[in-house]
Amino acid sequence: MMTLPDLTVLRPGSVAEAVEALRANPGARVLAGGTDIVPNLKYGMYDTRHLVALRGLSSELRYVREHQSGELRLGAMCSIDELGRSELVKARVPALADACRQIAGPQLRRMGTLGGNLCLDTRCVYVNQSHFWRSALGYCLKKDGTVCHVVAGGKRCVAAASNDTAPVLLALDASVKTISPRGERTIALHEFYVADGLHNTVLAPDELLTEVRIPAAAARRRQAFAKLRMRAAIDFPALNLAVALELDGHSVKSVSLAVSALAARPALIKGLQDLHGHAADAIFAEELGRRAHKQCKPLTNIGIDPGWRRDVLPVLVRRTVLRAIG
Amino acid sequence: MSIGARFPKSDGVAKADGSGIYADDIALPRMLHAKILRSPHAHARIRGIDLGAAEALPGVVATLVGAELPLKYGVIPWTQDETALAVEKVRHVGDAVACIAAIDERTADEALRLVKVDYEVLPAVLTPEDALEHPEIKVNERAKVGNVTKHVHLQFGEVDEAVAGATAVVRETYRYAGSTHVPIEPHCAVARIDADGNLTVWSSTQIPHYVHRELSRVLGLSQSKVRVIQPLLGGAFGGKSDPFALEFCVAKLAMKTGRPVKILYTREEVFYAHRGRHPMKMDVTLALDADGRIAAVDNKILIDGGAYASFGLVTAYYAGQLLTGPYRFGTYRFDSYRMYTNKPPCGPKRGHGSVQPRFAFEVALDEAAEKLGLDPVEARRRNFIGEFVETVNGQKITSNGFLKCLELVEKASGWKERHGKLGPGRGLGVAGSMYISGTAYPVYPNEMPQSGVLVKLDRSGRVAIYSGASDIGQGVNTLLCQIAAEELHCDPYDVTVVSADTDLTPVDLGAYSSRVTYMVGIAAREACQKLAEKLRAAGGATFTEACQRAEAAEGAPLAATGGYRTEKLGGDYRGGTIGASPAYSFTAHVAEVSVDEETGIWNVERIWAAHDCGKALNPTLVEGQIEGSVYMGAAEAQMEEMVYDEKGLLFGPSLLDYRIPTSLDTPDLDSYIVESNDPGGPYGAKEAGEGPLHPAIPAIANGIHDACGIRIRELPFYPQRVLKLLRERDARREERAAS
Repeated sequence: MMTLPDLTVLRPGSVAEAVEALRANPGARVLAGGTDIVPNLKYGMYDTRHLVALRGLSSELRYVREHQSGELRLGAMCSIDELGRSELVKARVPALADACRQIAGPQLRRMGTLGGNLCLDTRCVYVNQSHFWRSALGYCLKKDGTVCHVVAGGKRCVAAASNDTAPVLLALDASVKTISPRGERTIALHEFYVADGLHNTVLAPDELLTEVRIPAAAARRRQAFAKLRMRAAIDFPALNLAVALELDGHSVKSVSLAVSALAARPALIKGLQDLHGHAADAIFAEELGRRAHKQCKPLTNIGIDPGWRRDVLPVLVRRTVLRAIG
Repeated sequence: MSIGARFPKSDGVAKADGSGIYADDIALPRMLHAKILRSPHAHARIRGIDLGAAEALPGVVATLVGAELPLKYGVIPWTQDETALAVEKVRHVGDAVACIAAIDERTADEALRLVKVDYEVLPAVLTPEDALEHPEIKVNERAKVGNVTKHVHLQFGEVDEAVAGATAVVRETYRYAGSTHVPIEPHCAVARIDADGNLTVWSSTQIPHYVHRELSRVLGLSQSKVRVIQPLLGGAFGGKSDPFALEFCVAKLAMKTGRPVKILYTREEVFYAHRGRHPMKMDVTLALDADGRIAAVDNKILIDGGAYASFGLVTAYYAGQLLTGPYRFGTYRFDSYRMYTNKPPCGPKRGHGSVQPRFAFEVALDEAAEKLGLDPVEARRRNFIGEFVETVNGQKITSNGFLKCLELVEKASGWKERHGKLGPGRGLGVAGSMYISGTAYPVYPNEMPQSGVLVKLDRSGRVAIYSGASDIGQGVNTLLCQIAAEELHCDPYDVTVVSADTDLTPVDLGAYSSRVTYMVGIAAREACQKLAEKLRAAGGATFTEACQRAEAAEGAPLAATGGYRTEKLGGDYRGGTIGASPAYSFTAHVAEVSVDEETGIWNVERIWAAHDCGKALNPTLVEGQIEGSVYMGAAEAQMEEMVYDEKGLLFGPSLLDYRIPTSLDTPDLDSYIVESNDPGGPYGAKEAGEGPLHPAIPAIANGIHDACGIRIRELPFYPQRVLKLLRERDARREERAAS
């Protein structure tokens, strides 16, 4: 079978110890559920010699609780499976529960964590492959090489954000709490991701994502998530999207639409303010689809026909918006 | 009675609870682990291999290069064109170059990265069209002409005249994509050499006998010094029916080091070992006369073979020879080229050689029937060839339950009430097929039986069956217990089966061509009947007592052998024996399909599959084979494809990128067993493991047509292809409306 490189696994028992382990071992990587990093390590995608395993942080970071402000707070070590089943999550942010239930398969959902999904490394068919395969290809921008096989002449890695929880949390204006040797900070999710496939978040190497905060207002918003994939389980998204709507009677008070599995940064569809006040109807849904189609250009970083994915996007958006309206 | 009973699989619990011993479960004292260095180029000459740094790495014990195993091997004696490791040239990305044995897998992996190979990169041919156009780029030196592994041209009757006189003629091109088997167990082999120089190789193979022969030849050891054992197998589907590089490498490295050596392929290496479904381009002409009878079938077939022959000679024949039932053809011609290309070699995958032309033919038949306004089920019924008849190419059909199969799926699916009436986006499609129950032609010419079984009775009442056959999940070991119980009247749980061990068991040629139940069944029944005779003569109140009395009467332990002797069958022309089988199975499917016309995403809602297996010796196993086949066929229609880039690099050689359906993507299946009780088969049995795959693909294509009026002629039926066809259909409709 494929072998893992020689690694030292550090097992901190607290958040403070984990941050210290990251600080003391430059280049160390975080191991939460391991569902993504382990295959990537076998593929030789990381040169790290140290893993900081977070299992010992479960007592601190595995919770679903409602803050007195009405904010929903989710610990980063919550498993994807338990978020998909949580009554509180289902009641307050049903689109998040839905997204969680569509990640991978049952075994992987039990291992994978919320923090791990949000920090999931970007993916590309040209890089998530064995070292041998990448050597035969001639390597690429993301690892060991200088060329991009997706964008001819491209100088910036466009590996795709493939986290299914991100679009929902983006559409719902969630933020994340982090901790590093420099202290804690709270980052709005729309500022958390950057358009760089090499490292698509603003997290510093010694910084740990500890919590997700979803504003109280989220519960009042109509919301829906959709995922395009070739199989009904296992697959990473070929496209995913989430819509959140605030309605005033039958008219739209506010709308946000997030689309991902395009390039390194999950995208919030821009310029939707003029639709505020529009009737929440089929014409509105169709219009959102049109705008998403205009702004989103799928690439060959995901091994499924980009032209077809773009054709399907407006249909998915329309159907998802109508589902959210109910 | 044991035959026909739903007897549980004899290895079922061991597979489910983890106690079964697969090749990778074998760990021997001082065992080394080896890894194979593979070519990053599709075609290159090897100028030199520098192993110095690798050999210096602590933990590395031995290395191996192609020059140490220069003899070419292959199952088919006329096309032996492979070496375990490249000798002068590499012929596809992933071709084996060198092998390193070390104290563990990680050390061997690290050592591979230290090997320096000096390659002279050569131009490569990556499609069969290129291979034809560029004979000067020689992929494989065995090809006598250009890059042709095998060319077959056979004609039966005046095809062109029949086409000219026909009422409805379809001329279309159909394309079948390459796919691979994806057994859950990757290939694995372990070798050990004992103090007397005897070599034992445990291998996840479905052809221990051919591995035995080829190991002996390539290693220069007499066959009596080589023992091949097939442990429990985690799936094969034809993907383990060639000798593979790993078997020669572990054997040679064990001989060099005196220590046991294991190789377990990674999933990626299984993709490079391949031997999967051949991509085919088929230019079909199908002609019906005015009352819907098949006047002519003409098929020009271009086959993409990959870098080595494997069973390619047979593929070139099977692509034509196995199409001539269950319908009567007035005339028939096929012309097939199996080409070498610089890609991993194709070979036999479940339904070897005939799944692709069956798809093309069954869709073309629908298209032609449509021209005549003929119902697709009726078109098939009308052309039924009958029982105990000879096909246009001289194959002798014995029992034939096809009409019964067709009637069952027609009724179960509500065809008459529902076909053409399910409304937009939903439809029904039908297709039929035929397949062989083994081939009359042994792979290497010889007069010995194709299958042998030895049965021994013990005075304890225990029965031991020694059989060379490979249980690859189809359940032959279970079947042997049932046959013993049937003939000897013993408890099937009192039977030990010793199988697929070339030192201990009589030869069986292997698990391919759906030959095992038929041939091993006949051999086992013969051996058991000989013993039953003695037990009857001896008498006794219990089975154990009968054994004791019979042994006393015999004055020696009781044992008997049985064999399957190859019949002389087939047409009297060159190639006429290929595809000649002692009995043929028949299948009919109806598929119900839904299509989302806005996205092209479609779904198989249900498949009704009826299969004539002659006699279901164990209905549970037969149903399992039908379901597994239908699922595998539907998967090829849905999503499976080996896709290469412009340099011959296989996209995504992993189970994440090469998608096979999950349980959620598998349609609801209704299997029906039809028993035509074949006069030649053991207890009337015929094959069930491969035939039921064939109609799934064309039935789905025909169902998509019924759902939305498009003809999809290229696999897989990706939603983007469906959407494109839907848009073309809409454009045609608009044009018609405008004019």
